[in-house]
This record gives sequence, structure tokens and C-alpha cells, in this order.
Amino acid sequence: MSTTVQYQYDPTHLKKSGEDFFDPSMLKKHEMVLNIGPQHPSTHGVLRLEVMTDGEIIREVVPHLGYLHRCFEKHAEALPYNQIIPFVDRLDYMAAMNSEHAYVMGLERMLGIENDIPKRIEYIRVLVAELNRLASHFVAIGTYGLDIGSFTPFLWMMRDREYINRLLEWVSGARMLYNYIWVGGLFYDLPVGFEEQCQSFITYLKPKMKEMQHLITENKIFIERTAGVGVLPLDLAINYGVSGPVLRGSGLRFDLRKVDAYSVYPELEFDIPVGKGEMGTLGDCWDRTQVRVLECDESIKIIEQCLKQLTTDHKRTRDFNPQKIVPKKIRPKAMDFYVRAENPKGELGFFFRSTGNTDVPLRCKVRSCCFVNLSVLPALSKNVMLSDLVAILGSLDIVMGEIDR
Amino acid sequence: MSKQTFADIVTLIKSHQGEDTVLSVKEDLKQPQAVIKTSQLESVARLLWETPSLYFDSLSCLTALDNGEKEGTLEVLYHLYSIPYEHAFIMKVVVPRGDENNLPEVPSLCGIWKTANWHEREAFDMYGIKFTGHPDLRRILLPTDWQGYPLRKDYKEQETYHGIKVAY
Repeated sequence: MSTTVQYQYDPTHLKKSGEDFFDPSMLKKHEMVLNIGPQHPSTHGVLRLEVMTDGEIIREVVPHLGYLHRCFEKHAEALPYNQIIPFVDRLDYMAAMNSEHAYVMGLERMLGIENDIPKRIEYIRVLVAELNRLASHFVAIGTYGLDIGSFTPFLWMMRDREYINRLLEWVSGARMLYNYIWVGGLFYDLPVGFEEQCQSFITYLKPKMKEMQHLITENKIFIERTAGVGVLPLDLAINYGVSGPVLRGSGLRFDLRKVDAYSVYPELEFDIPVGKGEMGTLGDCWDRTQVRVLECDESIKIIEQCLKQLTTDHKRTRDFNPQKIVPKKIRPKAMDFYVRAENPKGELGFFFRSTGNTDVPLRCKVRSCCFVNLSVLPALSKNVMLSDLVAILGSLDIVMGEIDR
Repeated sequence: MSKQTFADIVTLIKSHQGEDTVLSVKEDLKQPQAVIKTSQLESVARLLWETPSLYFDSLSCLTALDNGEKEGTLEVLYHLYSIPYEHAFIMKVVVPRGDENNLPEVPSLCGIWKTANWHEREAFDMYGIKFTGHPDLRRILLPTDWQGYPLRKDYKEQETYHGIKVAY
């Protein structure tokens, strides 16, 4: 009988594979090293934090990443462009539609077909992306509540997110990982009756958004836990390259949907909410959450406008084929191309290098927003209380699938 | 001041740092890029960061890539972006691939844009590019005792890792 031994135990393995940053013998009196994660609910996935503390005050935090590394970039170098899209879904699995949109946009610009895409397709893309943005923010806000000790918001947010998941399942066949937006088009047109159903969902959601504000951002306990905590000054934020609600929470009105004006966003009316430091200091955890809450309202506005367009000017027709200009083989000319788009969590960028003679990229790099946003954590959590670390980490809204790729 | 074009920025670099700083430019691309002399990368980056009319306050992306054994070079691309002026600039350095004992060296830009810190660690992890002057150059995504640099084109994975078969 033969048995396959998969793992050879050795007491030094663990130490060698993930070396500790701090040497216990070098610590001063009162200092202690505390390990948080990689299996801990408040680290939002498999993130390990090595924390050096003095009593309850944090002296230094060192994040250890890579527990969810799935070799996206290596896989991408062996796959045709269209087959990478399902992998792109699995980067930020909370907002797969937005990632697909960014990826597809880049390839369309490389192929030079970005102006041939029918308006109906673009409106559907923006519609599903904004629905997904709502879902992503719901998870961010809900789990943030959970992190700092309130359970109700989590259940309420998950309840509403479930509607969105079902809507998107109806559209694409999958609840979270869609493979719906294709280069040059879409997998399917919207299902018949979707517009009405989506409209009734929006009508249902609007009063819930007010409830959410009462429950979370106006809650006294929430304010006391987050206001003035984890203040990120704007110059530091820009120097670290953070983006999305974290950057806007620090007071800069910078949103790629406006700055780059891609897709049909210039035809839509919406505002960019920014942090104002209403409850504490500008750029604190409360500001970042408030930006997310207000962004949900803006997404609802966008969805309503998209629905209006999709039922009037760009109505469903019998002969509409969303796969009409989907290229059989995606073979861009030899070039380097960097594309970026506003994801719920920040600026998602893709860098491609195509050789011109295959439909496989030579290099496909992801500029992950969460990766960059997390890198500011050590700077943010110097000399804060241990319990505030969880509040700061939650306010950055990370998803490990995109950090580790 | 307003948006600066690619040609303006290249001219400015040449006038401040000397003609030979910019080795070549590729202007016919959709996103033009300039190849910078590796030894002068840091001073060029500092110039781009400090000059008020350019104001490149953010480093959007740092990409390393491997051109393969035939070309024998690795590249590091820097996508810079200026938030107030809304202009972008792409510069890159090309270094020989080197080998295990003689890794290629590129100056670190951590001192200018902190974004570079983790991105450079990732490039070191995946391509084995040594960023000189980096405060904490460790592997970031892979385990510390992993062998080799996986995103190099000639990468061969190790047979076993802690007794676990690697290739399937």
C-alpha cells in the first residue's frame, strides 16, 4: 500500500515561511508583540497583522500578506484575453462587475473599438456596475458596524444586498462572479422585465437608505468609536497613492468617473461626496464611512437615470444583439496600455503589454486599490489604541482577493 | 499653468538632467513612454515631483515585466499622474536580467512616493529586482523561503515546498 505524504512536518517550517518582523529579544521593557490573524473576522479575510504594543497603545503594525495569492498575473500570461475575465471577477469578488468593466474598457481602447459600442450596452454596463457598487458598499458598511460592535446594520445591509445579488443573478446567472461584461459587448441583453424589477427595488431601497443613516452614521456610539480616529491627512493620502472613498474621506473631490469621464458617466448627473470632518477631524474613520453612505445615494441616482435611458432612448428591440461586435479573437497591436477605473474601493488599474501576434498578453498587471489602501495602515495606526486598529482597518474596506491576487 | 504634453516633459528632463538622461522615447504609442537611464532615475523622479509646473504628486502604478531570455532584459514602468493638472507621464528603466547571485538593481523611489514601497516589494518578489535604498525589501506575496521569481519567463517551480508537491 502506498500513501502520499503531503506535508512533512518540521518545527521550523512555519517560522521560515512567514518570518516575524519583530525580534522578541530586541523588545524594550513593557513592549509586547501581538499577532492578529490570519484567521480573524475583523481582518476581513486572511490578513495577518503583527502588532507591537506597549500596554494598549500600538507602537507599530506590520501586515503580512499573501495567504490568498492565486497567481492571477502568472495565469493571465497563459490565457487569451477573453478567458481572463472570469479571473478578473475573482480579484475583488465584492464588486466583480466594476472590475470587469475596467478590464474590458482597457481592451476595447487597445483594439480601438471603444466608440463602436452601442449606447444600450454602455448603459447596461454602468447600471450593473452601479448595482454592484451598492452591494460592495453595503458589505463595507455592514461589516464595519460588525467590527466595532453593532450587529443590526450588518443584517440589514446583507438583507438589501441580497436583492442586488438576485437581480444580478437574473442578469448573468451568477450571484457574485458574473463573467457578464465581455470585450465588445455583453453576455446577454437584460432579461425581460428587469427594468421594472430594478425600479421597484430602487423604490424599496430609498427609505432604507434613510434608516441606514439613522442606524449607523448618526448613531452616537458609532460616532464616538469612529470620529477623530485614524485621521489620514490629505498629503499623506496622496503620497501613499490611496484612492476611492479613503482618498475622498480626506477631503479631495477626486473620482475617476468624473476625472476620466469614461463610458456614459459624462451623460449622467451625480455628485462626488467628500469628507468634511463634521463629527471629528477631516479624514477620520467616520468621514470615510460617511462618504460610502453618501455614495450609495449617488449610485441610486445613476441607476435611476440608466433605467430611464434603457426604457426610453435606448429601449429594448427584438434585433438587438449584445454580442454583435464581440471580436472572435482579441488581438491588439503591439503596445503597452494602462487603464484605470473607479471601483467601489478605489482606482483599479490594469496594465497590458501585447505583442501583436497572439491573443495572450505578455504581461497583465493589476494595480489593486486595496493593496495600495492597505499600505497606509502602518502609518495610520501608530500610537493608537488596540481597539482602534480594528476600526481603522475596517474603514479602509479591504478585500483580500484583490490584495493577494 | 496647465496640462503638459509628453514632449514638454521630456524636454524639461533633458534640460535639467542632461541630454543623455532620456535614452529613448516611444512617442507613437497610444500612451507614450520615455526610457530613463537607471542611474539617474531617482533624480529624474525627484525633478518630476518637485517642479511646480509638473507636480506629479501620485504614482499610479509600478509595473515590472520580463522581456524573456532572448532579449535578456527586465523593465520597470512608472505611471505617474498629477492630480491638480490631470496630466500623466510614463517612464521606464531597462535592466539586464542578471542571475540568482547577481540580481539587477534599480534605485528605489520610496523616498518620493510611498506607493512605491509595497509595489517595489512585489516587483522584487515576482522578478527579483533589487531596489537599492528600499527600507524593507522582503517578499510580500510569497512565503519568505520560496525559491525563484515566479513571473520571470524562464521560471521553473520548485519540486516540493515543505514536502508538498508544487506542480500539478
